[in-house]
Amino acid sequence: MVNALETKSVTKIYKSDIGTIRAVDEVSLNVANGEFVALVGPSGSGKTTMLAILAALLRPNEGSVMIDGAELSQMSEAKRARFRREKIGFTFQANNLVPYLTALENVELMLRLNGKYDRAGRERARELLARLGLGERLKNLPRQLSGGQQQRVAIARALIHTPALVLADEPTASLDTERAHQVIQTFANLIHEQQRAGIMVTHDLRMTQYADRIIQMRDGKLRRVISDPAEIRAFATTGEAVTAN
Amino acid sequence: MTTPFYLTLKEIWRNRGRFLLFSLVIALITLLVLFIAALADGLGNGNREYIEKLNGELIVYKSNVDLSIGASRLDRSQLRAIVRVPGVKDAGQASFSSVVLLQSEGKKFNVALIGVEPGKPGEPPVVLGRGLGDKSSSEAIIDRNVALRTGYTVGDQLRLKAIQGTQEEFYDLRIVGISDGRQYSLQPSVIVSHPTFDRVKPGVPVVNATDLVSNLIIVQLDEPLNWKAMAITLANQVEGIQAVDRQTAYQNTPGYSAQQSTLDTQRFFTLLIGVLVIGGFFQIQTLQKVPQIGMLKAIGAPNLLIAIAALTQIVLVTILGVSIGALATVLLSFTFPATIPIVFSPMAIVIGVASLMLVGPIGGLVSVRYALRVEPLTALGLTG
Ligand SMILES: Nc1ncnc2c1ncn2[C@@H]1O[C@H](COP(=O)(O)OP(=O)(O)OP(=O)(O)O)[C@@H](O)[C@H]1O
Ligand SMILES: [Mg+2]
Repeated sequence: MVNALETKSVTKIYKSDIGTIRAVDEVSLNVANGEFVALVGPSGSGKTTMLAILAALLRPNEGSVMIDGAELSQMSEAKRARFRREKIGFTFQANNLVPYLTALENVELMLRLNGKYDRAGRERARELLARLGLGERLKNLPRQLSGGQQQRVAIARALIHTPALVLADEPTASLDTERAHQVIQTFANLIHEQQRAGIMVTHDLRMTQYADRIIQMRDGKLRRVISDPAEIRAFATTGEAVTAN
Repeated sequence: MTTPFYLTLKEIWRNRGRFLLFSLVIALITLLVLFIAALADGLGNGNREYIEKLNGELIVYKSNVDLSIGASRLDRSQLRAIVRVPGVKDAGQASFSSVVLLQSEGKKFNVALIGVEPGKPGEPPVVLGRGLGDKSSSEAIIDRNVALRTGYTVGDQLRLKAIQGTQEEFYDLRIVGISDGRQYSLQPSVIVSHPTFDRVKPGVPVVNATDLVSNLIIVQLDEPLNWKAMAITLANQVEGIQAVDRQTAYQNTPGYSAQQSTLDTQRFFTLLIGVLVIGGFFQIQTLQKVPQIGMLKAIGAPNLLIAIAALTQIVLVTILGVSIGALATVLLSFTFPATIPIVFSPMAIVIGVASLMLVGPIGGLVSVRYALRVEPLTALGLTG
């Protein structure tokens, strides 16, 4: 299995008036193609910061990030923007979609940005949205869609351009439980089918059951990595991976 | 690179109510700018038209009168001296006063009475009828503005009223020709020969049988382009005169410069208001769009795309607003009676429209700059 993502000793230090914070502290992790990873941890543990580094949005102070064979630290800002639109798919917690574009247009935008907007692409966008249960909602504007529907449009947008890495920040934050399960299950399925590397930041431990691996952070460090399916199931129900030693 | 245009057009279309409303605000500003320009042109025209169109390159005044036409007095001997100067082709005396034109049914308005020498510089060419006859004591040329206001045409009689001493006197003149617009001192004009002028307004300036005294002498040169040197030559060779070009002459008519600079100031401030309004609108809109712009940058939209989309939007909305405004101005201008000193010259409209088209993007530049500085990190709720 080829790794879509490899990081080595990534460290991000925030300096502020109150002092310096090691928001991400020597994190090394690999994610393979077709692997869906859940990133969890208490508030302030560095999840979003880590995600921003993996997204080529934030430069770490130390360490290296390699995505699809390319080393991010060497890249100029313009190159990073290009890298993001070609190699990375995003879903955000809020303000996911362009408000004046329809569901279909929001997905197609990713193709337009990459200069790959053609008949085949349009067809794939429709299929992907249909797959996510939005076949009847192609022409709706974001404000005419529910939170869950908007998240699903964002998932389609994150996948349409065949990125190497798909990053999702709290994709279920605004969804009810039932919808959340549906959305994340479909998301995980698509990651597996299309052989992308997927990383999802979540507070909702029940969503980790769809992951192939759970990475738990604390104080900027990797506290624990869970990859055994039974342990994952246990973690998703109890918040603890292992039964009493 | 069609994506920025695609984005901006979609945005305008899906928010067409808001953008149309704002276009109408720009249209109103356009209307205001164009009307001020038209008023400046109209008033300026009313003051300078006769002098500006004179068929002579130099306007001669009495020296030391500060180019005041009313105070200037020139006599026949000075005219003869001027004509003798080499390089002078022809010259004619011109005098100015104001009288009341009486129409039937008690309608009346002030007109400029201009005394000229038939066939000499100072007499405007006619577009209809003929020029003043040599011994014409009761003939008149009316300018286009008198014709428009009265409906008079060649062959009609016109009646002037002048106060002589304490006495109201009436004079009937026959219209022999109609010239184009020749307003003087904001009044439409009636052009007559000096003997007629003398009968209607004796003594203003002094005119009599033995000597003809006028306010100005209009000088035609052999080489019009040589006016600068000729003005100096004339002043040197003829006693007691000062010669200037037409532009200097009308700029020194009472109130002309003050009026034009007032209107220019107004025009400038209206444009400034335009910059601020357009700048303000797009700045507020950009502030509202920060999360969206951050998201677009996060998913990899290049800064150039954001800039082009923002600029295109500003330019499009400005073009729309200015076009609506210009169209409304043109339509409105047709409803204006000839008596109102508002002149929509194509040149002024083009300049007004062009400056407004520039003003829009300038006003919007601040918001474009702001959009460029939005950090893609904001999409994740982080700050740099
Ligand atoms: N711009 C910044 N300047 C200074 N400190 C920051 C900045 N951004 C984040 N931090 C700090 O870095 C640490 C990690 O923040 P981060 O947002 O990555 O945590 P998180 O795991 O995403 O938390 P949450 O679950 O609440 O979203 C926190 O202590 C936070 O206060
Ligand atoms: Mg976070």
